[in-house]
Amino acid sequence: MAGPVLEMRSIVKTFPGVKALSDVNLTVRQGEVHAVCGENGAGKSTLMKVLSGVHPHGTYEGEILFEGEVCRFKDIRASEQRGIVIIHQELALVPFLSLAENIFLGNEHAKRGFIDWNETLRHATEVLRRVGLDDHPETRVADIGVGKQQLVEIAKALSKKVKLLILDEPTAALNDEDSGKLLDLILELKKQGITSIVISHKLNEIRRVADSVTILRDGRTIETLDVKDAGTTEDRIISGMVGRDLEHRFPERTPHEPEEGAAPALEIRGWTVHHPIDQHRKVVDDVSLHVRRGEIVGIAGLMGAGRTELAMSVFGRSYGRYADGTVLKDGEEIRTKTVPEAVRHGIAYVTEDRKHYGLNLIDTINRNISLSALGKVARAGVVDEHEERRVAESFRTSMNIKAPTVFEPVSKLSGGNQQKVVLSKWIFTGPDVLILDEPTRGIDVGAKYEIYTVIDRLAAEGKAVVFISSELPELLGMCDRIYTMAAGRLTGEFSRSEASQESLMRQMTKDKEVTR
Amino acid sequence: MSTDVTAKTPAPAPSGKGGGAAGGGLWGLVLEGMRRNMRQYGMLIALGLIVTLFAVWTDGDLLLPRNVSNLVLQNSHILILAIGMMLVIIAGHIDLSVGSLTAFVGALAAVLMVKNDMPWPLAVALCLVIGAVSGAVQGFLIAYGGIPSFIVTLAGMLIFRGLTEIYLEGQTLGPFPEGEQKIGMGFLPEVGPETNYHNLTLLLGLVLIAAVLLQEVRDRKRQKSFSLDVLPRNLFLLKLVAVTAAVLTVTLLLASYKGTPIVLLILGVLVVGYSYVMRNSVFGRHIYAIGGNLPAAKLSGVKDKKVTFAVFLNMGLLAALAGLVVAARLNAASPKAGLNFELEAIASAFIGGASMSGGVGTVLGAIIGGLVLGVLNNGMNLLSVGTDWQQVIKGFALLAAVGFDVWNKRKVGS
Repeated sequence: MAGPVLEMRSIVKTFPGVKALSDVNLTVRQGEVHAVCGENGAGKSTLMKVLSGVHPHGTYEGEILFEGEVCRFKDIRASEQRGIVIIHQELALVPFLSLAENIFLGNEHAKRGFIDWNETLRHATEVLRRVGLDDHPETRVADIGVGKQQLVEIAKALSKKVKLLILDEPTAALNDEDSGKLLDLILELKKQGITSIVISHKLNEIRRVADSVTILRDGRTIETLDVKDAGTTEDRIISGMVGRDLEHRFPERTPHEPEEGAAPALEIRGWTVHHPIDQHRKVVDDVSLHVRRGEIVGIAGLMGAGRTELAMSVFGRSYGRYADGTVLKDGEEIRTKTVPEAVRHGIAYVTEDRKHYGLNLIDTINRNISLSALGKVARAGVVDEHEERRVAESFRTSMNIKAPTVFEPVSKLSGGNQQKVVLSKWIFTGPDVLILDEPTRGIDVGAKYEIYTVIDRLAAEGKAVVFISSELPELLGMCDRIYTMAAGRLTGEFSRSEASQESLMRQMTKDKEVTR
Repeated sequence: MSTDVTAKTPAPAPSGKGGGAAGGGLWGLVLEGMRRNMRQYGMLIALGLIVTLFAVWTDGDLLLPRNVSNLVLQNSHILILAIGMMLVIIAGHIDLSVGSLTAFVGALAAVLMVKNDMPWPLAVALCLVIGAVSGAVQGFLIAYGGIPSFIVTLAGMLIFRGLTEIYLEGQTLGPFPEGEQKIGMGFLPEVGPETNYHNLTLLLGLVLIAAVLLQEVRDRKRQKSFSLDVLPRNLFLLKLVAVTAAVLTVTLLLASYKGTPIVLLILGVLVVGYSYVMRNSVFGRHIYAIGGNLPAAKLSGVKDKKVTFAVFLNMGLLAALAGLVVAARLNAASPKAGLNFELEAIASAFIGGASMSGGVGTVLGAIIGGLVLGVLNNGMNLLSVGTDWQQVIKGFALLAAVGFDVWNKRKVGS
């Protein structure tokens, strides 16, 4: 077996208030495909950003050895010059430039500032052929599918004389067929002597392409396993990913007892949604679920499983292209074609991305809280500012929003307090059903507990709560029932007593067998 | 205007050293307050500075009653446009067509009243409707058609300019009937006993002062009843005295010439009305919301398309009003009327605190911005500065105002 090409030793990376990586070690052997896996937020992407110079030398602790030399990359160009190329989860292609122009963007074949088109096209054709694309290099990127775009990214990496290729969740945006092609290509490149690091949480993919796998959890290296080893089963990997003890982190909760005969507060039947651009991809595929009053129902799934897409498409069709399905409220079918309709029927959706979809950051606490239900503090179209202030003040007290006044711009609040503002805003609409999408993402432990308490209180008041999360412990700690999703489909349903981290993770990573 | 501008502008949080400043007594408090509302006060101070400078340079000519009256008349149309433009920019859009639309409505008014002898109130109403419809069509294309506002209104700019020339056949048309003329040039009638001042204007001024004082006192009371921080008593009194003095000065200046221009009255109603709408109405809130964060507003159930549509409809209506005012003042409609009005209105909004990315700004800010430009214009005219240099200087004023804002924000952010 070949020696190590890359060693990352004791990497520590701190962001303001959060320790993203604490003591991570990663050793990659020459010529292998090395998988890195872990739950969302385990530090996978951060580690790769450290390696590729996105987080430059000096902003982290520890050292990086590549081909036996200590490397101090000051930016991404420096790492590329050494032959380390990262392909990010979000594709970094310019849609209205041609394939060839994209491949050599920032690295043009030029003489005295003028592009040598003959050389550009010749070289582009060559690298495109290596990744198995026969499209003309002058085709615009916008005119080819997402799967091919991913291959163009790899072609771009090849043109930079790549030695170590890093792929961050390369199949997250691809359909099965394109995923299969991509995985084949990774194996093909391995034969040509290119070492790869693949970040993934799809266990079947890891088993198919990887030689070894390193598991990260909570910013630490847990272990590195040899995939070909008989002991490395999927269960083994899963227990490495989740294996942490459950402490006393959740409020005491009396489990919900379903009432006989009562129709569920919200029921979704046969819900199917297509990707907004790629019409052939179903991001939500024939999902049916229900939630009763007083019940907290979890939806577990990893990134790209379709949880957010499901929630947003139900909430006023705010995502994708609706294909099929009905929504029932208290047993009767309702229209939720627009957001105001959904709100009127007592549905509230608290977004996973509060900064972009939840708050007007430049505006104040009181105005953010009242925005979704301005009618409640207004008469004849005129907002009663005093009433609005009173409402905001009462939420500031009841939700324990830490701010000097309700006139503070929300951009000045911490993540936890911003989340409380978003929650207040939706509670103020007086909903019967609350869909909470990753309500504790990016907030500290103390604030998390407060959010859990609020959720518990809402359920106790008889509201139906849908709790979307990729953190299994919080779902296990809070929910009466948990659905699992993978690749747009429901893959399981667990009662509180049946659910365990292992059983959930098994269903969450249950992707369709990758077609050859 | 109001006591809670603090709530509008993202102000730097009061630092721990604020107590030290308060220790400096009244002056310390004033400084602290100004530091927190840099943008609003900054422009007001700049306006005051410009007025003082030109008053000195022109040996006081700038503040002669006749000139103050002129200043209002000459800039009213830009101020009217600036109000509408402020709404458009807060919503995150831009409108380049208002100058041409102004000219077009002026032409329409001339053809209706001068050529066809239509009674002036009917013609004015018709002009306003046509303006609103023009704005609505552009608003429809932007909101529901999804065409960027820059493109739609750039097209509108060309289309309305062309239509104006076609309609007027390249001629200048006038004069207007007396009723229409008054909109642009008229003054409130003289009533009551013979004094050296214009009685109705004095009365209006006093009523205005009373209303402002009453509002301020009531606001303070209500804020106190919600146990919120209010200005300290002596500072509050100082503020009242300052406001009273300012209104009184302008009133006396106007009253010692021909009285209150009718345009000023229209403008006053617009400023108060639109400030109220932007601050207190659901519609106003929604404009700030879609400009501040469109996706979040949509997910909050704001009907973003309807709001955008209404904002442009309103802009068209105000452009029509400005068109009538300009035509009345010049007492003629000309194919070249309204040139660069859109640019002056946009500049006013930005000088007055609007942001390129939307979501920020106040109607009062647009007025202050418009007045800064207006006083620069008027003052430089009095000093016989050529229009060539006037443009250069106005350009620098815009750069300085926005540059100051950017610099100030960066300081706060760090």
